[in-house]
Amino acid sequence: MKCNRLVDAGRRQFLRGGIVGAAGAAAATVFPAQQASAAGALAQVDYPSNRLANLADLAINEPMDIEYPDADSPGVLLKLGEAVEGGAGPDGDIVAYSVLCPHKGWYLTYNGEDRSLNCPGHFSRFDAEAGGQQIWGHATQNLPQFTLRVDDKGDIFAEGCSDLIFGRPSNVL
Amino acid sequence: MAYKRQIDRLPIPPANAKVHNVTCHYCIVGCGYKAYTWPRNQQGTTESNAFGLDLAEQQPADGTWLAPSMYNMVKQDGKDVHLAVVPDHDCVVNSGLASIRGGRMAENRPSKVTGTQQQRLSDPLVWRNGVWQPTSWDDALDLVARVTAKIVDEYGEDELLVSMFDHGGSAGGYENTWGTGKLYFDSIKVKNCRIHNRPSYMSEVHSSRDMGVDELNYSYSDYEVTDTIVIVGANPLETQTNLFLNHMVPGMRNGARFIMVDPRRSVTVNAAEEVAGKENVLHLAINPGTDMVLFNALLTQAVDNGWTDADYIAGNSFQGGEAVAMGTGQPSGLGSLDYAMQSCRTSAAEAAEICGVAEADIVKAAEWIAKPKDDGTRRKCVTGYEKGIIWGNDNYRTIGAVVNLSLATGNIGREGTGCCRLGGHQEGYYRPSDAHVGRPAVYFDQHLIKGGGKVYHVWACDHYKTTLNAAQFKRVMKRRADMVKDAMDAAATGTREEMVDAIVSAVNAGGLFVVDMDIIHTQIGANAHVILPACESNEMNLTSMNGERRLRLSERYMDPFGNSKPDCLIAAGMAHNMERVLREMGNDAYADQFKGYDWETEEDAFMDGYNQGNPEVTYERLRAMGNNGVQEPVTGYEDGKLVGTPRLYTDGVFTRHGREDGKALFCAAGWRGWQAAGKAQEEANHEFWINNVRANIFWQNQFLDQDNDFIQDRFPYPFIEMNADDMARLGIGAGDLIEITNNNGATQGMAYPTDTAKPGQVAMVFGSPAGSQGNVVNPGVNELNLPDYKHTWGNIRKLANATPQAKAVSFKSKEYKA
Ligand code: SF4
Ligand code: FES
Repeated sequence: MKCNRLVDAGRRQFLRGGIVGAAGAAAATVFPAQQASAAGALAQVDYPSNRLANLADLAINEPMDIEYPDADSPGVLLKLGEAVEGGAGPDGDIVAYSVLCPHKGWYLTYNGEDRSLNCPGHFSRFDAEAGGQQIWGHATQNLPQFTLRVDDKGDIFAEGCSDLIFGRPSNVL
Repeated sequence: MAYKRQIDRLPIPPANAKVHNVTCHYCIVGCGYKAYTWPRNQQGTTESNAFGLDLAEQQPADGTWLAPSMYNMVKQDGKDVHLAVVPDHDCVVNSGLASIRGGRMAENRPSKVTGTQQQRLSDPLVWRNGVWQPTSWDDALDLVARVTAKIVDEYGEDELLVSMFDHGGSAGGYENTWGTGKLYFDSIKVKNCRIHNRPSYMSEVHSSRDMGVDELNYSYSDYEVTDTIVIVGANPLETQTNLFLNHMVPGMRNGARFIMVDPRRSVTVNAAEEVAGKENVLHLAINPGTDMVLFNALLTQAVDNGWTDADYIAGNSFQGGEAVAMGTGQPSGLGSLDYAMQSCRTSAAEAAEICGVAEADIVKAAEWIAKPKDDGTRRKCVTGYEKGIIWGNDNYRTIGAVVNLSLATGNIGREGTGCCRLGGHQEGYYRPSDAHVGRPAVYFDQHLIKGGGKVYHVWACDHYKTTLNAAQFKRVMKRRADMVKDAMDAAATGTREEMVDAIVSAVNAGGLFVVDMDIIHTQIGANAHVILPACESNEMNLTSMNGERRLRLSERYMDPFGNSKPDCLIAAGMAHNMERVLREMGNDAYADQFKGYDWETEEDAFMDGYNQGNPEVTYERLRAMGNNGVQEPVTGYEDGKLVGTPRLYTDGVFTRHGREDGKALFCAAGWRGWQAAGKAQEEANHEFWINNVRANIFWQNQFLDQDNDFIQDRFPYPFIEMNADDMARLGIGAGDLIEITNNNGATQGMAYPTDTAKPGQVAMVFGSPAGSQGNVVNPGVNELNLPDYKHTWGNIRKLANATPQAKAVSFKSKEYKA
């Protein structure tokens, strides 16, 4: 029973995230023009290009709750303050990950002290500074990382994902 | 940067996919999985699928999800089919949980389509013209039989050396232990043999058995209803993952306290603190090798405070002083509790001094284990132990001391109790008697090193990676095997007779003819002359039991890779060829000993072996019992179900020692410091204790994981956890390649800064293909030739800066941080 309480706690924590409402409301889903006719015939999943935030919204090491590719797939957007491999933005330090643990789908929480994402489910940990690599845990993949693009205005868009997101047969349902 | 799969969707198993029962073939826990297979040109939809779920919806936490690692495309009846291997929510062992090992079963299958595990052996190989040439089974087995038959016939069976696995799961199981056992203990009587993980043919837990207590006596559910969980020299969150998560965690949530005895703080301690609260977890970080002293002190506390279970002791244990005297092959005396106490009595103060932990903590542990509750009822306690003491100091007496405490407190044979090994592989041992091997059994490695034996059959063992004193073992074996390779190269153009003669001359000159049965090219196999390809669980049907004696049939869902075969059928092939060759040699009587292997399938081997001793148990009945199986021993078959035994010794009659009185014996576990030769001196002469540890991410010696990108990306080199001050002093940075040396040899790995590592103590992951820890383990063993892998000391130096691969990995703490 404690398991369920913990899930709820995780969910509340996620919903409590300060900027989530704003980010969600601001998200603009842009569909590629051909999407309707090509659906189902393409080899790759067509990802939406969703605006997550603007550079100005981010503070170093302050996690921002996001949703990508849709509202049922929570994630985190982070400005690390130091360039990392795969980091986006002018400083190469912006990353975004799914926060559904790829073990059994519990919500990860961010630990700003050592910049890790931690799972209350069964104690798996992922490194936000190393491409979501599982530091230790039960998942059989590293954290799905969202592909980011930053435009001239500083708007940050998510446009893809590196790995399958927990609980889905396809990243875009 | 971390390894990315770049997979964003997977095929959906259709509603009419074939479903197969699967028991995870990795660790002892034996989690249940379902394997779904379906034709290449079919797929399910989000509305209609094998899971019966609406997959257009995001699935909730703990829900069913096909992860990319759980998918592959494999051969079934010669056709490419989709495969999904998903944890089973209805299996009581794991309740739908997967681990980082079991969750990768599908992707660790060989597939010509997806390119996974192309390291698997597909054909018999014979050393010819300086390389291994693929050939037919008939050709390879003919050579094996001609050389082996000539040697055993002319020089005696003691000239045949055998290394053979004794486990379940993987490619072990009742079928394959029987096939090999029948060949070497019935048709032949091989004495010079050893098991995959220890240098002679004997039990790892002699003392528990001699005391009457089988080492797997509980049900996993006992953890859920106990008051105290005691873990000794084990790290269950990593190495028995779903036993910890699905049984120990619920136990702690139900109020159980948790005691860990381990010099190192592991992630298990961290997780227990998260679940139970720090105040309910006691980590006794003892000095290495002093477990026996601690348990003697706990027993003394229980006895002196009147916390023992007097009725249980009076009714179920031997009362007349000494029952078995110490002697050759008997590392300590056994008898009544009073008798044992004469050797075991240890005060908490003495133990605190030797073990290096606070006296108050020893007293507290004794209270948590043995002090009756305020209402006078007894506390229930489950004890689980593993490599820390099995591969530790003075195995016999130390395990005896642990079992003593459980017996004295009435904690075996009742609900919420037990005193068990946690285990490595599953079990699956069914062989003819090994009595002819003797006790103590021959120290096999030393026998080979000293030049013993002429022919060596190796079944799924890679001693080069895992044995003790490995550096010397490898050096000698390579030299002896090379003599035969040279002779074979020189005789390459001759007839088969000339080839056999050349091999026999070479072995008579000190060489060794090596036949290796395995699923991949191994390091020891590099020195083989014939390599025979075996298949694994689910490429054949396989029966095994888990750590609570739960027997399941794990079903075949795919074809063996290439021309590989189940080990039992390879053994049968050897027997057929031995019979034929011996008859040709005119030795009919000897040839007749190799009759009785008319097996077409693994089921035939099962019926010839396990079923003979357990006539109720058949494949059909096991299949019907599904992933929950039946707990051994099986006592009957009623209403279409096999009837099992959830817990041993519920009647208080202890039988494992074979004594007619059915009374348990206590072990006179007298402390004698470092028991094995050379340990004390090695400790005195070196700077670091080299703890030999396991990690959840690797299965055993990484035989499949060495070809798994997700795994090798995380740890491209074996990790060596090390204290930051020690690293700074030696000029070692995170990820630097470091070398460990002592008089036994050298090995290397990658420094992993670890804030919980004590100064002067490092923890190196065992059995890595890129750094064998066994190289630096000395040859010291106990009276029964049990190794002490855990106690090794060495000096450390930096070899090289972190390579680009090492630089890319995370070096953060492995401990959960909310
Ligand atoms: S805990 Fe053991 S048996 Fe269970 S899935 Fe993991 S490796 Fe397999
Ligand atoms: S759900 Fe995250 S560790 Fe299990």
